[in-house]
Amino acid sequence: MNLSAEIQQSFIVFIAAIFTQNILLAYFLGLCPFIGVSREIKAAFGLGLAVIFVLTCTTLLNWVAYHYVLVPLHLEFFRFILFIIIIAAFVQFVEMAVERYSPFLYQQLGVFLPLITVNCAIFGAALFMVIREYTFIVTIGYALGSGLGWFLAIMAMAGIRQKLANDRIPRGLQGPGITLILAGLMALAFIGFAGVLQGR
Amino acid sequence: MIGETVISVLIVSSIGAALAAVLVVSEHFIANYGECKISINEERDLTVTGGGNLLSLLTTEKIFIPSACGGRGTCGLCKLKVLDGAGTILPTEEPYLSKEERAANVRLSCQIKVKNDLRIQIPKELLSIREYVTRCTKIEDLTHDIKLFRLQLVEPATMDYIPGQYVQLLTPAYDKSPLEVYRAYSIASDPADKGIIDLIIRLVPNGICTTYCFNYLKEGDEVKINGPYGEFRLSTTDAPVVFIAGGSGMAPIKCILHDMKNTGNRREGVYFFGANVVQEMFHLDLMRQFEAELPSFRFVPVVAKPAEGETWDGQTGLVTQAVQRGVKNGALCEAYLCGSPGMIDASIKVLQDLGVTNDRIFYDKFA
Repeated sequence: MNLSAEIQQSFIVFIAAIFTQNILLAYFLGLCPFIGVSREIKAAFGLGLAVIFVLTCTTLLNWVAYHYVLVPLHLEFFRFILFIIIIAAFVQFVEMAVERYSPFLYQQLGVFLPLITVNCAIFGAALFMVIREYTFIVTIGYALGSGLGWFLAIMAMAGIRQKLANDRIPRGLQGPGITLILAGLMALAFIGFAGVLQGR
Repeated sequence: MIGETVISVLIVSSIGAALAAVLVVSEHFIANYGECKISINEERDLTVTGGGNLLSLLTTEKIFIPSACGGRGTCGLCKLKVLDGAGTILPTEEPYLSKEERAANVRLSCQIKVKNDLRIQIPKELLSIREYVTRCTKIEDLTHDIKLFRLQLVEPATMDYIPGQYVQLLTPAYDKSPLEVYRAYSIASDPADKGIIDLIIRLVPNGICTTYCFNYLKEGDEVKINGPYGEFRLSTTDAPVVFIAGGSGMAPIKCILHDMKNTGNRREGVYFFGANVVQEMFHLDLMRQFEAELPSFRFVPVVAKPAEGETWDGQTGLVTQAVQRGVKNGALCEAYLCGSPGMIDASIKVLQDLGVTNDRIFYDKFA
């Protein structure tokens, strides 16, 4: 595959990762912070940005580690452990650096960083990029798209939940109950995008 | 085959170790905030190594701030005023701070990282919270499953507490529990002697701390406690007082009664003490003595149903029924309850029916 074809492929994967294959609404990964931190738009925004950043960086790091360390050594089966270690170390490092050098960024994103270490969307994206045999350039599109898709989903959910805050919801459904139902409805809505891009 | 396994494990371990090394090195250079000065109430300065959170740094300096969640930002108890140096309120703190608290610079101490000099205010009563080394000098059976433990303070030798407050007892690791745990018990002793802390403890089946106290703790053993904690205390009004407490819930009430006697408090009071059978009653003589010594105090022991062969000339039935019969001026009264959640909830209902308003019902629930 030549470069321009790869870039084109990367763009298609990028769009697919946002809409038709949304990591949150099509694969239901990263659900815990999605439900926990979607009560208001402000917090959801911070967490969403942090996910975009961490997901993009760690997926690319993991791509490099997988193809230049594990594959040459025939240790592909170790990818679970290696990916987790790399994600955890990266998040720790970023948190430390942000806290020291940018109080503003720390205020906005920093507190969410530890939450993300254990976010399965991040780990899921790293595994998908291996299973689907993406090249580095396609992975860039995939990682950015997945992060952005997660961001969009949590922002939409936070918006809906803020509107719902004053509504009368049956007691048994308050909190996570109604949130899961909403997530299901949103997933149905996102399936509507499936026809836009097929087979990706 | 084995060789391959060993090599692959080695490779992955060394990748992990390399990453950990990078983190340690960067922590040394990036997260090194040097020495920071914490000024407390403009009276005392602490010099600490920056980087940790305020709550844990204070704990290492033996200043104990109440916290139920252990610094994870989920209980909202470790509030302090931070006047200078903490930056803006973090999103993790927002749910726990009211508008007034934000205006007064109140923060959650477990969320504040000490990165520079801080100026903080800690309420006086929290500053007196600290760890005490004590010696258990007496263990007395009160009923078949309630014992009184007398702790003589060793270091420091006295504790300033408000009658009604509680301490936390440290259960060391022993063969039933591999971890140290803290459990809270109300102080039951006469506050006239600040060097003695009495605890009234009921054996909880399989309870880590109570099993330790009942089966392992011996007279003469060293016991560590910290405190005092808690808002449960007698108000300064002169409204008639209704105490309701059964079993080991007597502890804070007993302490308050001692204090009323010591300070010549003339408030009208009545104490309803409930038990299932006569055998579960204790400290009856002491309570009769309070009746004689306090100007207008009545003690009403209530036995639900005396067992076969027991003689009982007092009231029978549920303690809440006795309250219904015995309290005539509910609208004037203040109520102080201590005991299990079930008993407290039932009592609150009865008290509300008798006209005691919610802001005059104070309780200490066993959690």
